[in-house]
Amino acid sequence: MTDVPSYLKTPSSPNLKGIWVWLLTTDHKRIGVLYMISILFWFCIAVTLGLVIRTELMAEGETLMGSQTYNAVFTLHGVIMIFLFIIPGIPAIFGNFLLPIQIGSDDVFFPRLNLLSWYLYIFGGILAVVSLFSGGPPDTGWTFYVPFSVQTESGVTFTVLAAFILGMSSMLTGINFITTIHRLRMKTMGWMQMPLFTWSLYATAWVQLLATPILAITLLIIVAERIFGIGLFDPGRGGDPILYQHLFWMYSHPAVYIMVLPAMGVISEIMPVFSRKAIFGYKAIVYSTLAIAIAGSLVWAHHMFTSGMSDTAVFVFSLLTFVVAIPSAVKVFSWVSTMYKGSVLMTPPLFYALCFIYLFSVGGLTGLVLGAAGTNIHVHDTHFVVGHFHFVMFGGAGFAFFAALHFWWPKIFGRMYNFRKAYRAAILITIGFIVHYMPMLILGLQGMPRRYYNYLPQFEAGNFFAGIGGFIMVAGIMLMLVNLVQGLRKGEPAVGDPWGGTTLEWSVPSPPPLHNFLDTPRVKSYPYDFTDIMKQQAGSKKV
Amino acid sequence: MNSSTPDKAGVKLGMWLFLYTEIMLFGGLFVLYAAYYSKYTSVFIEAGKSLDITIGALNTMILLVSSFTVASAITAIQKKARRSAAALVGVSMVFGVLFLVNKYFEWGHKFEAGIYPGSPDLSDAEAGKSLFFGLYYLITGLHGIHIIIGLILLSISLYFITTKRIHETQFVVLENSGLYWHLVDLIWIFIFPLFYLIL
Repeated sequence: MTDVPSYLKTPSSPNLKGIWVWLLTTDHKRIGVLYMISILFWFCIAVTLGLVIRTELMAEGETLMGSQTYNAVFTLHGVIMIFLFIIPGIPAIFGNFLLPIQIGSDDVFFPRLNLLSWYLYIFGGILAVVSLFSGGPPDTGWTFYVPFSVQTESGVTFTVLAAFILGMSSMLTGINFITTIHRLRMKTMGWMQMPLFTWSLYATAWVQLLATPILAITLLIIVAERIFGIGLFDPGRGGDPILYQHLFWMYSHPAVYIMVLPAMGVISEIMPVFSRKAIFGYKAIVYSTLAIAIAGSLVWAHHMFTSGMSDTAVFVFSLLTFVVAIPSAVKVFSWVSTMYKGSVLMTPPLFYALCFIYLFSVGGLTGLVLGAAGTNIHVHDTHFVVGHFHFVMFGGAGFAFFAALHFWWPKIFGRMYNFRKAYRAAILITIGFIVHYMPMLILGLQGMPRRYYNYLPQFEAGNFFAGIGGFIMVAGIMLMLVNLVQGLRKGEPAVGDPWGGTTLEWSVPSPPPLHNFLDTPRVKSYPYDFTDIMKQQAGSKKV
Repeated sequence: MNSSTPDKAGVKLGMWLFLYTEIMLFGGLFVLYAAYYSKYTSVFIEAGKSLDITIGALNTMILLVSSFTVASAITAIQKKARRSAAALVGVSMVFGVLFLVNKYFEWGHKFEAGIYPGSPDLSDAEAGKSLFFGLYYLITGLHGIHIIIGLILLSISLYFITTKRIHETQFVVLENSGLYWHLVDLIWIFIFPLFYLIL
């Protein structure tokens, strides 16, 4: 079975040599790996920036840097984390690598467009770097709110253009994925036989198509305002700055579902595999995925309860926000129920997935505090928002990303990693995470605003603890990455199905050959049917 | 787009999805138009009267006819009439250029009258007037850029027709360029009444 060379040893076109084997490849698996390298690069930079922010805040007053630098650092942390890490993170790496395999195809529908998306991603990253040196680093925060983003002297124009280009990259990936799922899915695989990760990518791709163009036009308007001074959001000429916020959040709230839906898809894959049990409520998860995609596109104004809106609008958006919580809760319920009476096998991916469920639930519940119009007024724009956001985005999407790394690492590179170190890293990250973000929730309730450079003396203890947690967390992340990279060299070779998974990617060798499948894949009538796996296990126990 | 892909339906699906994002892109601007129109209705009506309805109507005619010629080109290539297909694409491109020339003169007149983004006349005008012309320049400008992209796509198709890479069984590139051209046309069909007719 393993005598066919893997994709890592076969160029996608035989006349490619040297570095061009990677840079001109149209193989979805290589493009996934290209994304992995570039996304992890930006992730490390943004983590460092985040740690710099928290170190500065550990003590009152100026410690590491001045206030202007601080503004630039938190802006860059946000922009990089959002546009260069979380949004492309799971879809561009794991989606690219696994989506075609999970539906029994040999590539995505538009392989060259796929490569173009990667180049757009790289180009966007370069533009973000350029913005640092054209008039000074941007200092607006990742939300680019007017009027400041139009007036500031710093290099916001290029940052905004970078976000525009990155948006295009993610949109083209979305188009590619939808077309792939519609046209290249095996004829024998019906919609309700698709793996849940593929389902989540499908829903995500639609949100990308729906929302990203709105961001694109909003960002273009900012550029036009900065260059030509049209005054569309300038109250002095009749413009309305609140309209900018509407347009911005019309994209940026659905964007958090672009970040978290694929994460939920990852967890939906991991839970059944390590519970050796069919996922609880397959259809419920599918429908809740679609429900989140639809309802999540209609809640944007809950970011603007204090900006000025009619009471009716506040009521409607608050209600819709509560509605989104229902399908998310359905998923959490399904994951936990999957484990019930399963034969649970603890592994690093499952460990991360369990941490995800816990942290994501905290994030979701604090989200309800923010979504309720009354309590929102109290915690609006405080550290509570920062805490909530990181619980969902890092505790949610981030931990799912780590889980996915550990789950599919053997599939992508054909090597296992050290479990003991992986657990240690996971425990460090989780403990660090809680010590880091819990104080922020409390600080926010006590009234510490977000994005402020300095604070009142009573907030010092909380900020100090948060800083300590940050260092523990970053140590854990470093250990995790080092362990994975070490696995590439020292790890044992992985077999085709190291975990006992049932979806199609586990039926091919690790790493997969260039065309993914050696012979026509056999689609199960139900993607999470563990009967065979259990029989194999029972058999091996008797021997 | 991979022209060697045999699955034409898939290529077209991808194109339709892309066109959808284009509609959303302009949709954002139309939302701004709607919001400001409801806020400054009388100012918008006053300002809209200064736009030249004749040039607008002429441009509408030009785009409609060019859409027809593009559609005819697709039919022609299916009937193996390669030369007439090439000629029809060429004619459509001439129409596209004519549209831009008209636009150039239209914008030029406005510039001479001191109406352009950030001009002193507009900055001192009553609230809402600079919004109207700001939107006018943004929307027609972005539409103009789309005309240019459409012209590039059509010229690629023309090149492929002459080099026989587009022929009676493989014409999805031409079809998609045509779709794009129709979309640009369609967006203009909304821009024209919003700026020239209803005001």
